[in-house]
Amino acid sequence: MRDLVRVAWAIAAKDVLLEFRSRTAFASALVFTALVLAILNFARDPTAVSAHSLAPGALWITFTFAGMLGLNRAFGLERENRALDGLLLSPASRTAVYVGKVAANLVFVGAVEAVALPLFALFFNVPVVPVLGPLVLVIALATLGFVAVGTLMSSMAVNTRLAELMLPVLLLPFLVPPVTAAVQLTAHLFAGRPFSAAFGWLRLLLGYDVIFVAACILLFESTIEE
Amino acid sequence: MTPAERAQRTLRRTAPWIAVSLLLMAAVYVRALAFTPPEAAQGLAQKIFYVHVPSAWVAFLAFGIVGSVSLAYLVRKDPRLDLLAAAAAEVGMVFTTVVLVTGPIWGKPVWGTWWTWDARLTLTLFLWFVVLAYLVLRGAVQEPERRARYAAVLGILGSLLVPFIYVSVYLFRTVHPMPVVLRAGGPTLPGSMRVTLFFSLAVFTLFFAVLLRYRFALARLAEARARAAAERADA
Amino acid sequence: MAAAVTQPAVGVAGTALTVRGLERRFGHVRALCGIDFALGEGDSLAVFGPNGAGKTTLLRVVAGLLLPHRGEVLLDGVPPGRADEAHRRRVGLIAHYSLLYDGLTAAENLRFYARLYGLRDRAAVERALEGVGLAGRSGDLVATFSRGMVQRLAIARALLHEPRVVLLDEPFSGLDQRAAAVLRDLLLRLRAERRTMVLVTHNIDEGLELATHVAIQVAGRFAEFGPAAGDLAAYRDRYSEATAGRA
Repeated sequence: MRDLVRVAWAIAAKDVLLEFRSRTAFASALVFTALVLAILNFARDPTAVSAHSLAPGALWITFTFAGMLGLNRAFGLERENRALDGLLLSPASRTAVYVGKVAANLVFVGAVEAVALPLFALFFNVPVVPVLGPLVLVIALATLGFVAVGTLMSSMAVNTRLAELMLPVLLLPFLVPPVTAAVQLTAHLFAGRPFSAAFGWLRLLLGYDVIFVAACILLFESTIEE
Repeated sequence: MTPAERAQRTLRRTAPWIAVSLLLMAAVYVRALAFTPPEAAQGLAQKIFYVHVPSAWVAFLAFGIVGSVSLAYLVRKDPRLDLLAAAAAEVGMVFTTVVLVTGPIWGKPVWGTWWTWDARLTLTLFLWFVVLAYLVLRGAVQEPERRARYAAVLGILGSLLVPFIYVSVYLFRTVHPMPVVLRAGGPTLPGSMRVTLFFSLAVFTLFFAVLLRYRFALARLAEARARAAAERADA
Repeated sequence: MAAAVTQPAVGVAGTALTVRGLERRFGHVRALCGIDFALGEGDSLAVFGPNGAGKTTLLRVVAGLLLPHRGEVLLDGVPPGRADEAHRRRVGLIAHYSLLYDGLTAAENLRFYARLYGLRDRAAVERALEGVGLAGRSGDLVATFSRGMVQRLAIARALLHEPRVVLLDEPFSGLDQRAAAVLRDLLLRLRAERRTMVLVTHNIDEGLELATHVAIQVAGRFAEFGPAAGDLAAYRDRYSEATAGRA
């Protein structure tokens, strides 16, 4: 177990360091986020649709698409010089590799979300601060599910010809439960309704995370072991 | 008997059954159209129910087969299991598409719109996307062992996904109720309609099994021929 | 026309590396059609063969990167379990890909691998860099290195965990003189340390100099295997014979 943590930490730290030095994926994700938020604002008729009704969906479309920009990085950077072979040659368990990659992706997507959220509050004029605690919880849970499945899918997509296109095709159906739940919960929070009213959605989100994180951990070896 | 010959024998034996199932299907429709009473509110449009519902049943059955056979493949690494999963996905895709096409055809005369986010139709739509992803993934990977592994992983994850989408869609509907569009009849299905539905389900299941067997045999034949050609090239 | 095929006693106790009945397909292409050999501690095997003979596949299977469809690889007589750490600790691979991260410095690359292997000795990274003459460049990004320097660093990476079995896949290809000299010295040192080596190459001159055993691999099989004996010319003849037989 300690080995797993040590190795996963080493892999995650290495990935974060590499991304920090090049910053290209992060910068693209940020620009993308700002653009999407701005366009969504202009894509509605302000007299017919209030910012509040559009807000939860807008937030999650932004998070999801910006997040997907970063997911292919995790295994994409192992392709140069066949670095992935180096990971597989080592005694590191495949689970540790998966956990490390998920952790690195969580840092990336989390950083994008941390910038997107205030931008979003600004553009859509929604009361984020009063519900910040529960909102962050919802964001964390949904992001975990999305990144766990997305990391597994990217380990396969990266080996196909149109990797950037393949990832959304594989991943989007899997985003329906967590993103739907997240949007519903976010709408609840913005409307000032109590959390308990949306308990079904919260349970769905938790259940999804538990089942899919476990399934992805078990299945990862099959995507990576030749 | 070589694998190629076995596959060819299966093809020969299965072909007549395709004709038999199509005939039975015709018989069911004669019964549906001529001998089953029309539904009061929806009229003739409701008859498509006898195609729509059995197709949905078969689509889910196919999906279940893909999921379980994929798991079996990862455990036993038998390439024939991979071929079976692929065959089930292809045949299942056909039936899923039928559900998605007959849904609007039913809905339009009854409700005036082509598409509604009816719970079951929505669930089927996402099922369709997952099967599509499965087939696209298979097409995008050249190396057979890797293709089989990737497809199996996606097949297993896809089966796990279905109950979650079901819950999402139903939760969504309790929060945002929508008219129940595609209901077969009144609160309970009258006897004669039930019988027709039952026959239709049986015939569709038979048709699916026959198509699956045929498609699987075709895949085995192609595989056997490719192997023979490669061995001739080696020697 | 069959060349002399000498098979050692396979599976003798105390052999450092034993390979039995190795088979591996890619789709319908049979890359390995049954390879058997055994090497004792300190032996070096040079494997010659044309492109497409499956030499790289053989190394990848021995390294544990590929699972064989049939057969097994035994290190010190012990077969690997499904996820055998010990097996991977004993093996090092030097390939023509560097397995390094261009965006990290030399030291960072080695420190990363040290953590992957759970190496406690902090000084191991410094020693490794000195050993390949890169101590002065430890803080520089690998992206700024020449091909020869990259290869030297790759060697340092591969040997960081002191593997008893070292696998080399065409290590001399594309090297400048300095890097080639470093590599040759290194291989001689490994021999002196009685490490077991398998060197794949299509350059007979380099391979023969360092090898105790020689194999000729053609179309997934060893057309020949035996102790290194006889001169260069004889091997050249036997090599052309073996490869011509496939044409």
